[in-house]
Amino acid sequence: MASRKIWAYRRENGRVGIRNYVVILPVDDISNAACEAVAHNIQGTLALPHAYGRLQFGEDLELFFRTMIGTGSNPNVAAAVVIGIEDGWTRRIVDGIGKTGKPVAGFAIEGKGQIRTVAEASYRAKEFVQWATELQRAECDFSELYISVKCGESDTTTGLASCPTVGNVIDKHCASNGTASFGETTELTGAEHIVAAKAANDQARKQFMVVFDDYQQLVMNQKTDDLSESQPTKGNIAGGLTTIEEKALGNVEKLGKKTKFVGCLKPAEAPTGRGLWFMDTSSAAAEAVTLWAASGAVVHLFPTGQGNVIGNPIEPVIKLSGNPKTVKAMAEHIDLDVSSILQGEMTLDQAGDALVDMIVRTANGRFTAAEALGHKEFVLTKLYRSA
Amino acid sequence: MIQFLVHDPKDDVGVAVVDIESGTQCSGRILANNQMVGAAAIEAIPLGHKMALRDFAVGDTVTKYDCPIGKVVKPIKAGQWVHVHNLKTKRWA
Repeated sequence: MASRKIWAYRRENGRVGIRNYVVILPVDDISNAACEAVAHNIQGTLALPHAYGRLQFGEDLELFFRTMIGTGSNPNVAAAVVIGIEDGWTRRIVDGIGKTGKPVAGFAIEGKGQIRTVAEASYRAKEFVQWATELQRAECDFSELYISVKCGESDTTTGLASCPTVGNVIDKHCASNGTASFGETTELTGAEHIVAAKAANDQARKQFMVVFDDYQQLVMNQKTDDLSESQPTKGNIAGGLTTIEEKALGNVEKLGKKTKFVGCLKPAEAPTGRGLWFMDTSSAAAEAVTLWAASGAVVHLFPTGQGNVIGNPIEPVIKLSGNPKTVKAMAEHIDLDVSSILQGEMTLDQAGDALVDMIVRTANGRFTAAEALGHKEFVLTKLYRSA
Repeated sequence: MIQFLVHDPKDDVGVAVVDIESGTQCSGRILANNQMVGAAAIEAIPLGHKMALRDFAVGDTVTKYDCPIGKVVKPIKAGQWVHVHNLKTKRWA
């Protein structure tokens, strides 16, 4: 593992990215149209429309800025154009992304109108694209990849095959001084004692239990039934998972057998060092992967049983499945088939090595199934209603 | 070919890795120690679904991964299908 090399983009701040996007980032919902117009004008740019950014406050507003600045700062992004309705919050996001040293420019619509804003932003976007498309990939070490992990539309085969395959890679990656993150706070219910026992120190364990208990309280306060059909989902149930406890016990197979987690992250917060990190996230795939991308993760490992089709606009999502029906029926969505684990024809170690190979190929430029199929789910996590 | 897998020797359910027909005498493997076990399915068990490895009474706890995964709400016989019709969460009820 330590000797595996990849061809990737080393950014101004030393971080390693595997894609080379010029993003057009709206500060708020009402600037989506301008961003999409710029992306239409300038080939090779990527607009990231979303639903929020107005009248948020408190912790929800902090999360919003962390998500937007983190998205622009992700090493898979070469440069960013930011467009907002007004200059203040636009500037805050531009300044945040600017700390990475990458090219970033901001534009505000008020007082100028959308057409002039789109024109000015388009000129700058064109400069950024022509600069970014001349950047060359360089040899980097596999251990420099920040990897996020989360499963979706799980069934019992995820706990038997695809999640422990990811766990095998986590063990290998973290033993080589790599960086990784897991989350899905409510989806650890019934396995929280296993996660707590994997904390590298008392502080990490206590922080995890505080976050876990807090999310449990939210569920208990808001629930109108036992959450059957929400957690587990209808898809989980069709695949044979019966309760949240059973789902969680399969989920935590992704954490590996040996690796301890070194600390806890707020949603969209960047790790401050190498190793495995817990992040407080929802278990909804698009929301969670958006948070990890905003924390700087450059590639996501996504075990699925029944066939979740999620992708992310800036962080490639590698899908693996151990369900022999899904890998046939939904073959176009699956990057790695590990179903032969079920009959003992493939060991977890062999499956882990095959997944490492797929990560290397993806890092070197191979489109994931989700990228080829056009999945660009950019979904902000909102903590509560706006003011 | 095996028909089911068991995560841990203490588990009292197995997971079908093929579609199992009612009446099948099944071979299974325990992942934790690689031992082989047998069980007779008395109901059809679809791939990925659970088969009871013992009789359960209402109120019993079902164990998988050597951990509790819920409480039994209808009596279950060894070889029967275990799912939402006879097993419920203990956590958010």
